[in-house]
Amino acid sequence: MRCLRKHFSRKYLREEVLPTPFCPGCFNGVVMNAMFKAFEELGVERLKGYVFVSGIGCSSWIPSPHIKADTIHTLHGRAVAVATGVKLAKPNLNVIVIGGDGDLAAIGFNHLVHAARRNMDLLVILVNNLVYGMTRGQASPTTPEGMRTVTTPYGAYEPVMDVAELIARTNANYVARWCVANFNQLKNSIKEALSKHSRGFRFIEVIAPCITYVVRYEGKTPGQKIKELMKVCRSNTETPYGRIGILKAENKPGYLDRYFEYVRKATEGGKGE
Amino acid sequence: MRVEFLSGNEAVAKAALDAGLKFYAGYPITPSSEIMHYLARELPKNGGMFIQSEDELAAINMVVGAALAGVKSMTATSGPGFSLMQEGLGYAVMVEAPIVIVNVMRAGPGTGQATKAAQGDVMQARWGRHGDQVVVVLAPSSPQEAYDLTVKAFEIAWGLRVPVVVLSDEFVGHGREVVEMPDKVKEPEPGWGSEDYSKPPFGSDDPRKPPPLPPLGEGYDLLITGSTHDEWGYRDVHSFETHFKLVKRLKEKVLGNIEKVFMYEYFGDDEADILIVAYGSMSRPARTAVRRLQAVGFSVGLLRLKTLWPMNYDALRSYVKDARVVIVPELNLGQVVYDVRIVASNDTVVVPINKVGGGVPIYACEIVEKAQKVWGEVLEEALQP
Repeated sequence: MRCLRKHFSRKYLREEVLPTPFCPGCFNGVVMNAMFKAFEELGVERLKGYVFVSGIGCSSWIPSPHIKADTIHTLHGRAVAVATGVKLAKPNLNVIVIGGDGDLAAIGFNHLVHAARRNMDLLVILVNNLVYGMTRGQASPTTPEGMRTVTTPYGAYEPVMDVAELIARTNANYVARWCVANFNQLKNSIKEALSKHSRGFRFIEVIAPCITYVVRYEGKTPGQKIKELMKVCRSNTETPYGRIGILKAENKPGYLDRYFEYVRKATEGGKGE
Repeated sequence: MRVEFLSGNEAVAKAALDAGLKFYAGYPITPSSEIMHYLARELPKNGGMFIQSEDELAAINMVVGAALAGVKSMTATSGPGFSLMQEGLGYAVMVEAPIVIVNVMRAGPGTGQATKAAQGDVMQARWGRHGDQVVVVLAPSSPQEAYDLTVKAFEIAWGLRVPVVVLSDEFVGHGREVVEMPDKVKEPEPGWGSEDYSKPPFGSDDPRKPPPLPPLGEGYDLLITGSTHDEWGYRDVHSFETHFKLVKRLKEKVLGNIEKVFMYEYFGDDEADILIVAYGSMSRPARTAVRRLQAVGFSVGLLRLKTLWPMNYDALRSYVKDARVVIVPELNLGQVVYDVRIVASNDTVVVPINKVGGGVPIYACEIVEKAQKVWGEVLEEALQP
């Protein structure tokens, strides 16, 4: 009975907490699916040795409590800092941060940009839904100009922050931006960030407009929106959401490589300042 | 036994290393930076991790992450940085992360006087976070005690899975004295909590026993959240029962072990007429004042608090009840004096001595003069018909 076969992603999920609390049609599901497909194709059977760290926001609920692995649900904006602590304390763990634009680009941007500068050995997935979805759709640093939200009732007037381009300008090893219509590219990027480019700072931004506060405001259904995104993001690299694609792929030594080199010098040289 | 001539800040750093510190994250701030300098030099050579964070928010959250990963971790800061760390400290209480935070107090509020000693952060250390919670606050009075209490701080933090604040001050941090250190810090006594990782990581039948903390990456699939959670970590942000049970347990975990956590020392005459209650650097002039007052025939004693929170009010009352006059010298505008007022009867005269700023201590002669003056007034009043 094929219809009774378990979906492959169930082995990565805490089944007892399903269904997810996301709005019907929410693109968080696409991000989850891409991530799980990447794990499946990498041959990961059980997420032992992976630690998922998230902050506050809708996308922060993707790992906590849903993913069956060690998950840490931290304060608003502090996921990258906690993840840094975990990675440095246990360098053999794979630490993945999932967060939204409010979490990583607004309140937590300082930690994000400094982790990127350090080339900290983390994978950060930014689910950019363009608003603060969990708290009723207030404007965020990535809200498109002109969009009406509860905090910009006459249309957003602050210029947009291009997070992926900013991070690409730092010392980060791998930076990519995809929208939810680029499913295979997104999955392949996550795969690359966990295999070929498995050291240093890896940053993947996913354009996933909030179904409730962005798509509905535009007067569209989720189906119409994904069709539009397919048109915009599959054939162009320049989109209203910024450059789409792999913005940077390098294999420089990560923070830990450099730190262990520093320690070697310290133990050989001895004295210090 | 190792004997060295150390500042309080160096003693803190040495104690942390001896207690097994393997992770330090911090942001430079006067007058605590020497702790960071020492560990920047020594941690990498001793198999540890040192990182200079981008701000104090990052420092405390990195430390929490490392502690949850199962590694002894610490940060040190001073007033403004301690204010920034409050959110993370509250998070550490909620996820029961065993961390140690050293606050070398300086004069505030605001940027205040960065290089001058003060004791103004007592109430903040106790109550600085939102929500109901208890952390442990220890106050060393000398480099020797900075060493001893930092070792103790790690024992309490890991024993109870609770953040411990070491509330040092600029006088202690920059003062330099001979410090005696054991060759090897003895292993913390077992039996504080459970090591059985099959038990729930956020629940315990006996509220005084903290739950076990399984390390990350070993396949325990830990679910850790700063939101209200049940004993297995599942988020429950709606029910009264889950929240009430959780916050009550977090409080009882510490208060139920108050005998182990609350430390003090008494010096002077038994059942003294004049009692001085002091802590940190200001317990030193207080001790001199006791000797001088004894020399001229007063019945006087010093209760020196090493633990400032949780306060053992029964212990405090047992000393205050015998005294006619209680003097509380503090380098602030009056904070621990409220604890004394809580336990003092109406007949007891509670006299605060407050000074702060400019790096000026409360001198022993000031305490002596105040004691003599107030004692004179008390006698005069007693002799009135």
